[in-house]
Amino acid sequence: MEKIKVLVAKPGLDGHDRGAKVVARALRDAGIEVIYTGLHQTPEMIAEAALQEDVNFVALSILSGAHMTIFPRVLDKLREKGIDDIVLTGGGIIPADDMKTLHEMGVGKLFGPGTSLEEIVNYFQETSKKKEVVVS
Amino acid sequence: MKSDNKIEELMEGLFNKDKRALSRIITMVESDKPEYYSILKEIYGHTGKAYRIGITGPPGAGKSTLVNILAKQIKDRGNEVGIVAVDPTSPFTGGALLGDRIRMTGLLKDPHIFMRSMASRGSTGGIARTTTHVADVMDAYGFDVIIIETVGVGQLELDVAGAVDTTVVVLVPEAGSSIQAMKAGLIEIADIFAINKADREGAETLKFELQDALSLMPAIKNKGWDLPVKLTVALDGTGIKELVDTIYTHKTHLEDTDHLNTSRMNQKKVNIIEIMKHRIENQLWLNPELEPTLKRLSNLSMEGKIDPFTAANTFLKSAKVLNVNIDASFLHK
Ligand SMILES: Nc1nc2c(ncn2[C@@H]2O[C@H](COP(=O)(O)OP(=O)(O)O)[C@@H](O)[C@H]2O)c(=O)[nH]1
Ligand SMILES: [Mg+2]
Repeated sequence: MEKIKVLVAKPGLDGHDRGAKVVARALRDAGIEVIYTGLHQTPEMIAEAALQEDVNFVALSILSGAHMTIFPRVLDKLREKGIDDIVLTGGGIIPADDMKTLHEMGVGKLFGPGTSLEEIVNYFQETSKKKEVVVS
Repeated sequence: MKSDNKIEELMEGLFNKDKRALSRIITMVESDKPEYYSILKEIYGHTGKAYRIGITGPPGAGKSTLVNILAKQIKDRGNEVGIVAVDPTSPFTGGALLGDRIRMTGLLKDPHIFMRSMASRGSTGGIARTTTHVADVMDAYGFDVIIIETVGVGQLELDVAGAVDTTVVVLVPEAGSSIQAMKAGLIEIADIFAINKADREGAETLKFELQDALSLMPAIKNKGWDLPVKLTVALDGTGIKELVDTIYTHKTHLEDTDHLNTSRMNQKKVNIIEIMKHRIENQLWLNPELEPTLKRLSNLSMEGKIDPFTAANTFLKSAKVLNVNIDASFLHK
């Protein structure tokens, strides 16, 4: 049986991973396998972990405001490693305009503060249903 | 997998040391993809070269921290290292939160070390049902050493001993720790004890307690091998060189005494039995086609009309199972 696998990572310097952990637990409670990598991950480390774990999603929690640099860099690193079928998603304090720009670059849905856990969990489940071929 | 013709590509990738191919194949193994059987057939001739080390012990003992530093040091001795770290699957939701990687992020920068997290997916013996197969794939890829970290939830986790060459049992200096180890059957599976967090009080005491207990026990297995007890501080590396040395000494001991062959033969046996168990389970009580029969028999048994033995026999008879179709002529060659 195939499981949805998600890498939850906390890039950058800010040391608050409470939000990331809450989301990780919610995903687990929805039957998803979550790999949690901890704090202070560089884009290279995140992409390498995604490769070794063969996940379907990489979810980043970025509260530092550095989303416009980190998301594109992770995307680049993933592509450098020949990975084009992992959905990169995440959450943080991200203005709608930035979300749009990132989306156009190939980043998946991004979640702002106050998004319900249900909505987040749904996104992972619905997306992997749609991309069934990718989930392998 | 996106399509079947990708399998050859993947295997080629595996033998060319493409990590993405390795990673992909591991996923197929984990999810019981039928394609994996054909892959295993092809790669199996390339397994058996890697030395397998198991790390087990109670939750929070520092297993992952230890694996992190062990992997580094074993790599520094000229090896490529593969790691499989197992964490528990929630029995209620089927989901899992795999956190071993938190202690191993430094390894991500090292191209000679590969680490994969695994959820136990219903297995209770400390490793997942497919952990050995994942190790086989890593073996075929060409890792010299494979380290397996067990779930570590504190229940009986003895399966790892049947999957590796050297089993390291990790304990911490807490009151009663040695008694617990004995109760849990850990002495029987240990080849080496590591008392981690030796920076804390009580480590020496536990070491003596343990050595004392061991001296009173009849040599259970591995004749000629006195169970070493090592003190380690995984956080700062104290005692790790000695631990690695001890693992190497155990390896040499196994090789010199032919115990390695016996142990590997046993690993194969365990492996075959596990595969059969899984097949039988799926063809019998987990088989949806036989679900109504099982239900009827349970009902009859509840009404007191038949006893459980008769029910089981009836079930087996009606199941007409194990119609395995395979050319077994090689057995007689
Ligand atoms: N004081 C001390 N703490 C340690 C040592 N090794 C690991 N730890 C800590 O113990 C905790 C659990 O470690 P972890 O490796 O995750 O344990 P596991 O559950 O057995 O894999 C972490 O907070 C580690 O930092 C050690 O040698 N000394
Ligand atoms: Mg651990």
